[in-house]
Amino acid sequence: MKLTVSINPHIKDKDNVNKIIWYVILALLPAVGVGVYFFGMDALLVILLSVSSAVVTELIIQRFTGEQITIKDGSAVLTGLLLALVLSPLVPWWIPVLGAIFAIAIGKMVFGGLGHNIFNPALVGRAFLVVSWPALMTKWLLVDGTTGATPLGMLKLEGVKAGYNALFFGSIGGCIGETSAIALLLGAGFLFYKKVIDWRIPATYVGTVFVFALIFRQDPIFHVLAGGLLIGAFFMATDYVTSPITQNGRLIFGFGCGFLTIILRLFSGYPEGVMFSILLMNAAVPLIERYTKIKPFGYRKPEKEKKEKPAEEKKEEKKEPEIDLIDKKGHIVPNSLSKAQTKEKLEVYEEKEEPIREEEIIKPKEEENE
Amino acid sequence: MKSFIGGIHPRYDKITRKDMIKVAPLPKRVILPLQQHTGAICEPLVNSEDIVKVGQKIAESKEFVSACIHASISGKVLGIAKAKHPVLGECKAIVIESEVNRIKDSKYPSGIKIEWDESVKRRENVDKLTKDELKGIIKEAGVVGLGGAAFPTHVKLSPPPEKKIDTVILNGAECEPYLTCDHRIMLEQTERIIKGMQIIIKILEAENYYIGIEDNKENAIALFEEKLLGMGLQDKIKVIRLETIYPQGEEKNLIYSIIKREVPNNGGLPRDTGVVVQNVQTAKAIYDAVYEGKPLIERVVTITGAVKEPKNLLVKIGTLVKDLIEYCGGYEGSIGKIISGGPMTGIAQYSDDIPIIKGSSGVLVQKEEVIKEEERDCIRCARCVDKCPMNLMPTIIFQYAQKDEFDKCEEYFASDCYECGCCSYVCPSKIPLVHWIKYAKEELMKRKKK
Repeated sequence: MKLTVSINPHIKDKDNVNKIIWYVILALLPAVGVGVYFFGMDALLVILLSVSSAVVTELIIQRFTGEQITIKDGSAVLTGLLLALVLSPLVPWWIPVLGAIFAIAIGKMVFGGLGHNIFNPALVGRAFLVVSWPALMTKWLLVDGTTGATPLGMLKLEGVKAGYNALFFGSIGGCIGETSAIALLLGAGFLFYKKVIDWRIPATYVGTVFVFALIFRQDPIFHVLAGGLLIGAFFMATDYVTSPITQNGRLIFGFGCGFLTIILRLFSGYPEGVMFSILLMNAAVPLIERYTKIKPFGYRKPEKEKKEKPAEEKKEEKKEPEIDLIDKKGHIVPNSLSKAQTKEKLEVYEEKEEPIREEEIIKPKEEENE
Repeated sequence: MKSFIGGIHPRYDKITRKDMIKVAPLPKRVILPLQQHTGAICEPLVNSEDIVKVGQKIAESKEFVSACIHASISGKVLGIAKAKHPVLGECKAIVIESEVNRIKDSKYPSGIKIEWDESVKRRENVDKLTKDELKGIIKEAGVVGLGGAAFPTHVKLSPPPEKKIDTVILNGAECEPYLTCDHRIMLEQTERIIKGMQIIIKILEAENYYIGIEDNKENAIALFEEKLLGMGLQDKIKVIRLETIYPQGEEKNLIYSIIKREVPNNGGLPRDTGVVVQNVQTAKAIYDAVYEGKPLIERVVTITGAVKEPKNLLVKIGTLVKDLIEYCGGYEGSIGKIISGGPMTGIAQYSDDIPIIKGSSGVLVQKEEVIKEEERDCIRCARCVDKCPMNLMPTIIFQYAQKDEFDKCEEYFASDCYECGCCSYVCPSKIPLVHWIKYAKEELMKRKKK
């Protein structure tokens, strides 16, 4: 009989990293479907190029560095897919390839792979593309086959708003996967059902955008449905690795993303602000976590008690030499105690052969107390 | 529904919940470790070759926080030597072998002689006993908490005078998967448990009394309500229906679930909030000690998992797990793990040659590696943080413990962890978080001692 000895618990949940990532990929499929339906084979090509480049990049890097090959976990597939979904279907073929390579190599692998990256890799890839080839990245295909601006772009440039129906079903110009609200919400519903994502980030993110749109006298429903807000709020800001692990932290994170998004949309040169808002908040995650460190159940402050006690003891000890054999309350100190004290004093005298200061008497006593 | 923060819903697999408690056959040999409880180790009162009787006190300690040990079978002391221990690994133990085949008596069909010690006598007029007398009886009977931690009961029942106890909770949550010993004893010994609780009531003179039971044991809830009504105690003792969620039965969480009080962290005890929690089996043991005059020499243990016939057994303390598994029809298939206790907090054993001690609530046998998944890096999913019933941040403590940064571990309250296992259970990266936190805790303990 060969027995395994290991630490408790001896049963584990069936969910694992691979399962969770593939759930997210599954949840993105409705958006992929709608994207391909409206934008045609161009969109499918962008998606395939992006996903395969991401997987191959990860494979090559892990081969090269001799690390364990983890492409099966689907994390590279997800990064590639998310990147493709936030690209315009009109981009030339090398844009998704370069973007995916950059996303995996610089966005994830240089930090040490999955779990160690600071920024959402897909958004790192997109940011790289947007700042390098701004013209190519903002050419949009409309449903009628012509090119034009996205609803947010039209709002910024011409002050024209798209209809809710078009925004809801996705018959508008925009990135492959961000146009259809209903497809994204369907996927998000699945993730909530599987308990993959927590409500805190999406709710505060969307809620903040809604409220600030109202404050700035904008149409709040338009701002929620247009642009990349929904895909950002449900699929990108909720990325485990790059969002806070505390519940309050997630609330702050969602609020920050929402606030930055609306500020960027209304007051910056870009029509859209989701990408930069999430990246900026990613950078703030360690800080947020530090300030939202949770207190244990039944927390009581230990520091104060400790600080107060030594202070009291010091006072008592300082008085002792003056009163000698009588303590604070006026009682005579038992002989043994006073003897012990004088002994200590004598020892100090003998050793140092110098007039002692009060602190020196106290020091060894403090150690005893500790 | 009454509950607490965090917690998980594991698969419960309480396969023995409908099996009546059976009396396990008398063991031919028992191993009684001198430490079966939290507190000071006992000193043996007998020598090799001594003849002992059932219920005879064979070891005790002068320390207050300790519990004496009694012979669970009658026979000869084979020796006092180091033996395997399910919790400590190894411990000095008294080995008793019963007198088999020596006597041919129709009274003992198994051939094993049972001779009771003279001290074991049924007590009349229990009502006239004073509080101190009751406490003395419980102390002399070696009663400890039978939920797992085995804290001496007389210590729990003697709170320091400055700590006023106003609430007593009887713990019948049994949140640990697989185990059903508490459930069965609640169904089969209901009145005795209530009578045991009345003794606790007499000793502690609190104002509020609760029996907390998880709602996956509806029949136990109904039975307690009925019996309390029958005994006219329904106004005094309240049965609380608890949400079925692990670790509902852990003292701190149970107290919060029922009366919403938080036991202070950093070494706080339930009595700091004016509460005493006792396990239902402990209440039954108190009844046995006071009414029957019987010390703690047996307990109910669930033998479950990959054995041919899983059972709830009334077992003499010191019986070897090996013998019990044999009685349950032996192992089923090839065995991977033998766990003393339940799957969440139990301790994996390196042998089946270990004795049942006072704190053993079950033996779970697992097939050769039920799940063996590769560990990978943390993906910061925060499930461990969300599920921790102590509101800790397990993944952070784990990361600092890995780097031996124990000051940081302390900053993140590593010492407050009571190792329920929720974090390791939910971790999708399959990181043994409890292992690392335990490591940090032990290092922090060492530092404190210095």
